[in-house]
Amino acid sequence: MTAAVLFQNVSRHFGRIRAVDGVDLEVAAGEFFAMLGPSGSGKTTCLRLIAGFEQPDTGHIEIFGETAEGIPPYRRNVNTVFQDYALFPHLSVLDNVAYGLRMRGIDKAARRREAAEALALVKLPDYGGRRPAQLSGGQRQRVALARAIVNKPRVLLLDEPLGALDLKLREQMQEELKALQQALGITFVFVTHDQGEALSMADRVAVFNEGRIVQVGAPAEIYRRPRTRFVADFVGSSNVLPPEFTERHGGGRRWSSLRPEAIVIATAAPEGSGPGSLAATVLATYYHGATTRIVAEAEMTRLNVLVPASAGLLRPGDRVWLTWQPDDLHAMEDHA
Amino acid sequence: MSAAAEAIRPPRDGTLGRLSDFLWRRPGLFLLLMLTPPLLWLGIIYVGSLFALLLQSFFSIDEFSGLIRHEFTLKTYAELLRPSNFDIIVRTVSMAAVVTLAAGVIALPIAYYAARYARGRWKAAFYLAVMLPLWSSYLVKVYAWKLILAKEGILNWLFAKLHLTWALEALLAIPVIGGNSLSVSYIGTFLVFVYVWLPFMILPMQAALERVPGNLIEASADLGAGTGQTFRHVVFPLALPGIIAGSIFTFSLTLGDYIIPQIVGSSRLFIGQAVYAHQGTAGNIPLAAAFTVVPIVIMGFYLWVAKRQGAFDAL
Repeated sequence: MTAAVLFQNVSRHFGRIRAVDGVDLEVAAGEFFAMLGPSGSGKTTCLRLIAGFEQPDTGHIEIFGETAEGIPPYRRNVNTVFQDYALFPHLSVLDNVAYGLRMRGIDKAARRREAAEALALVKLPDYGGRRPAQLSGGQRQRVALARAIVNKPRVLLLDEPLGALDLKLREQMQEELKALQQALGITFVFVTHDQGEALSMADRVAVFNEGRIVQVGAPAEIYRRPRTRFVADFVGSSNVLPPEFTERHGGGRRWSSLRPEAIVIATAAPEGSGPGSLAATVLATYYHGATTRIVAEAEMTRLNVLVPASAGLLRPGDRVWLTWQPDDLHAMEDHA
Repeated sequence: MSAAAEAIRPPRDGTLGRLSDFLWRRPGLFLLLMLTPPLLWLGIIYVGSLFALLLQSFFSIDEFSGLIRHEFTLKTYAELLRPSNFDIIVRTVSMAAVVTLAAGVIALPIAYYAARYARGRWKAAFYLAVMLPLWSSYLVKVYAWKLILAKEGILNWLFAKLHLTWALEALLAIPVIGGNSLSVSYIGTFLVFVYVWLPFMILPMQAALERVPGNLIEASADLGAGTGQTFRHVVFPLALPGIIAGSIFTFSLTLGDYIIPQIVGSSRLFIGQAVYAHQGTAGNIPLAAAFTVVPIVIMGFYLWVAKRQGAFDAL
């Protein structure tokens, strides 16, 4: 099957800055694909390369099997939901949504009908007559979404679309975006620096760092089996442990990751302390509602442990024992 | 940390310190003090004198004694509509409209480049290039143009060197706008007007274009709009208030100017010259005042139409 988006050794440099540096990428058709990374990691530039706002310096880009280099944005059947929405302030909401159809020369009655349908789809059916300035942030976000999907793009690009929303609204929009993607069957490429968002919504995640893709995989794979220290650090609050620690606890001489919820904490020494058991001292506890994060120190190493909030209270200075399953200590590619 | 800092600092020394505290507590008073002098200036000297002028236009002049009769009458306005005077109005308004249009067409690419592409040093160069002509004397510029456009001037010489004298002659042979040479034709007047007022069109236009967010242009392209469509549907409507502002400058400056048409052009009068002649040598203050009212009415009408067309919706 043809890939929705294909990057072959694509680079885009701005002066001395290598925004995108030799990226290979394949997004399957109908997939919800997330590009995750810190700011300046090249994920947004990748998105702009797909949209056509940027052209690659080297490499080859295909969209559904067709060469995309040198094709201006207006000839790509790809639409973008911009980070700050980029709604036209001088047009009504309905005219904003109908803009793409109007540019394609669809007659007024038809484009108004389709725009109204798209607005209904994003649950803003009666807002067509308003100006963007009269909408809340969440509503603008929905209008931006409607304005993009009304064109039935082959690929929908979303540039941190939820970044400006508050937590509650963001969670709601995550659900709706996911449902919408499944209902429409459009390929979504989603840029975010929020690992929770990427893991919860995407079918596959690409983790970016310094213009390169560090790891691509299903969310569970990325979370449980990070390839490098960077991925382990960036995706979730995993404990990143030095090679000596890994070696002492039954792994090779490599950096390893240990997820905080994989650690079991006990106040009494377990019977027969084999590999994967460790005496530690509690340094601090942080209450998070559903869970409590405990920072403990063992063998000069700090470890985060996540326990259900119902677990017994611990205080700084308490002596505890930490145990985990041997294969939860995941050795990564970084050597000493 | 040395000594603990006090939670409230003592008032600042002197009258100014106390005054600062006092005014901070009464922002209304502060605003009043700040606004009264300029409002007095604007209200009495500016609007007041304009009103006095307006009043004058409703008086008339006694044709025998040459004295002003201080009685309300529309006689002066009737005089304004006489063919010889009405021609002056039509001539001036047409010139102002053409100058504005030409200035707009020339200014747009320059303003667009400056707003969207020029950065750093190029931006400074842009401002310098646009403002520099404004810093030199207006009279010097106009006389310089007279020399440039004269029959013995550099432009004629250039046309001759390029063997294009026939083209210039064809241009000057056009009735009404042509003439003996560029410096005594309406074309010459037009060229000088466009040159002198161009910065007043470029600057507001550039400011307006600069305010159009770049991502709207990207969004438009993303939604399938070609370059021309994006300009028509996004850039132009959003920049329109600035374009209108620029056109108000060029239009009203042309309407009121009396020096350029006197130095460069045919000897037929423009509104400014008529005002100058009537209030000076002729001593017909009421008619001069009535002439002055014309640009005010035209500009008011222009703004009203622009507003009705939605030109300021994007503000």
